Amino acid sequence: MILKQLSVFVENKEGRMKDITQVLKDSGINIKTLSLADTTEYGMLRLIVSDPDLAKAKLREAGFPVSITDVLAVKADDRIGFLHDMLLKLDANITSIEYMYTLPTEEGPVVILKVANPAEVEKVLENI
Amino acid sequence: MIWNESKECMSRDEMEHLQSSRLVKQVNYVYHNVEYYRKKMQAAGLEPGDIRGIEDITKLPFTTKDDLRNTYPCGLFAVPRSEVVRIHASSGTTGKATVVGYTRRDIEIWSECVSRVLAMADIGKNDTVQVSYGYGLFTGGLGAHYGVENVGATVVPLSTGNTKKQLTMMKDLGVTAIMCTPSGVTAIMCTPSYLMYLTESIEEQGILDELQLKSAVCGAEPWTEEMRNQIESRLHIKAHDIYGLSEIMGPGVAGDCVYHKGLHINEDHFLPEIISADTLTPIGDGEIGELVFTTLTKEALPLIRYRTKDLTSITHGKCECGRTTARLSRFVGRSDDMLIIRGVNVFPSQVEAALLEMGEVSPNYLMIVDRVNNLDTLEVLVEVDEKFFSDEIKELENLTKKITHVLQQALLIQPKVKLVEPKTLERSEGKAKRVIDNRKL
Repeated sequence: MILKQLSVFVENKEGRMKDITQVLKDSGINIKTLSLADTTEYGMLRLIVSDPDLAKAKLREAGFPVSITDVLAVKADDRIGFLHDMLLKLDANITSIEYMYTLPTEEGPVVILKVANPAEVEKVLENI
Repeated sequence: MIWNESKECMSRDEMEHLQSSRLVKQVNYVYHNVEYYRKKMQAAGLEPGDIRGIEDITKLPFTTKDDLRNTYPCGLFAVPRSEVVRIHASSGTTGKATVVGYTRRDIEIWSECVSRVLAMADIGKNDTVQVSYGYGLFTGGLGAHYGVENVGATVVPLSTGNTKKQLTMMKDLGVTAIMCTPSGVTAIMCTPSYLMYLTESIEEQGILDELQLKSAVCGAEPWTEEMRNQIESRLHIKAHDIYGLSEIMGPGVAGDCVYHKGLHINEDHFLPEIISADTLTPIGDGEIGELVFTTLTKEALPLIRYRTKDLTSITHGKCECGRTTARLSRFVGRSDDMLIIRGVNVFPSQVEAALLEMGEVSPNYLMIVDRVNNLDTLEVLVEVDEKFFSDEIKELENLTKKITHVLQQALLIQPKVKLVEPKTLERSEGKAKRVIDNRKL
């Protein structure tokens, strides 16, 4: 499944994360999962939320540089070697992963992948 | 030591008489050889005959950096290219350089002026002078070099950078060799901040005792009495100030003697005025205003009433050293937004122009200038714009690198670039604050 992920540029400043969660909370938006990539000067907060479009509008209003990115969500089997099998398939199709994190759901974990061509990769990964 | 007593110790009357006759000649020369000036004078209803002496100087229109830009590259040159023996350039406000030229005689006079400043620092033919100003389009390196040769001293043309080599040369030239008089480097010419940096390296290596350094002639950027004291006490040398700007000539327009009571202007070649930056009218001795120069003997690029934008004051009267030339007091700043970072002229508008030209970033920026370990640093904060926003760190890092490269090309110094959130940069009265200068001078 292809999901809309919210990406927010965050400066390394005290209290900046809290400013973001404040906006989301006030807008009634639920955070499903997140990943935070950091460098020495800034961070990139990636979020899967209940209403990405509304979240984008609200965060933009609050002055954050924000964008929506298509990411691929792949349901993970809870077994030894699943991730390895998935990576083997991607490797065979010469697909590189920009970043990856997980989303817990009631039906078990889901792997979120950023790849250049999510729709094609989704087909490749249909039967792992 | 006075290099040219007949010029540097003239009575006020003699000096004004000389300046007047040279000014009349220079105005005539400019009127007949530079179309731009002729038109400017005609527009002001002036003919060369209207200028009969220095008392008439205020009738003449000013020249600014804009005039040099409008006539880029060589529109203000008064001689054909065949007479020009050298070109230098300084960075301009919009990325375009300001080009200056010299005839053989201009170079001779330049060397004479630098020689006078070297003599003020007691540097003579028995000295070995390391020139650690940048060599190239910048006037510092070659300007100093020719002056040192002119006084007959030994010049060691090291240019800037490579501190290790700088120190090795300073040390090793003192070693006795067959047929070679043992004389190490006795003087150095460089920017004051670089000398502070070298001082630290010398202390770290503990080689001060092996050096024979006795004086330094520093310029190309503003420095304080406190820095001079530090340099003098830590290196056990005498440190002197040299002033200049490429448009007028380069280093050597003025310099300070052993009494440090202001910088003696070589006013037989450069006629100084201090004007109010607001009303553009002349102001008196000791009052602070903008420094204006008229070249009196330049051939290739004669400039009439060039506004330096440097804020200072002038005093007349004989100095304890015996010189009678007018003296500049310490510079208190600029009447425009130009910054001098590591000796390089930087205008905030250059940053803006470079960012706009890149096209993929917001032109919102903030320059933070500081001095860390006595070296100037420049950090440029650039606002992240949604239009070029990527959620991949890799892309943002590439962008940072690209901005750094573009700015380095434009400014000739390498800045540290940092991406920040939009609208984080302070805006006051609708106009963004572009520069924070944390250097304590």
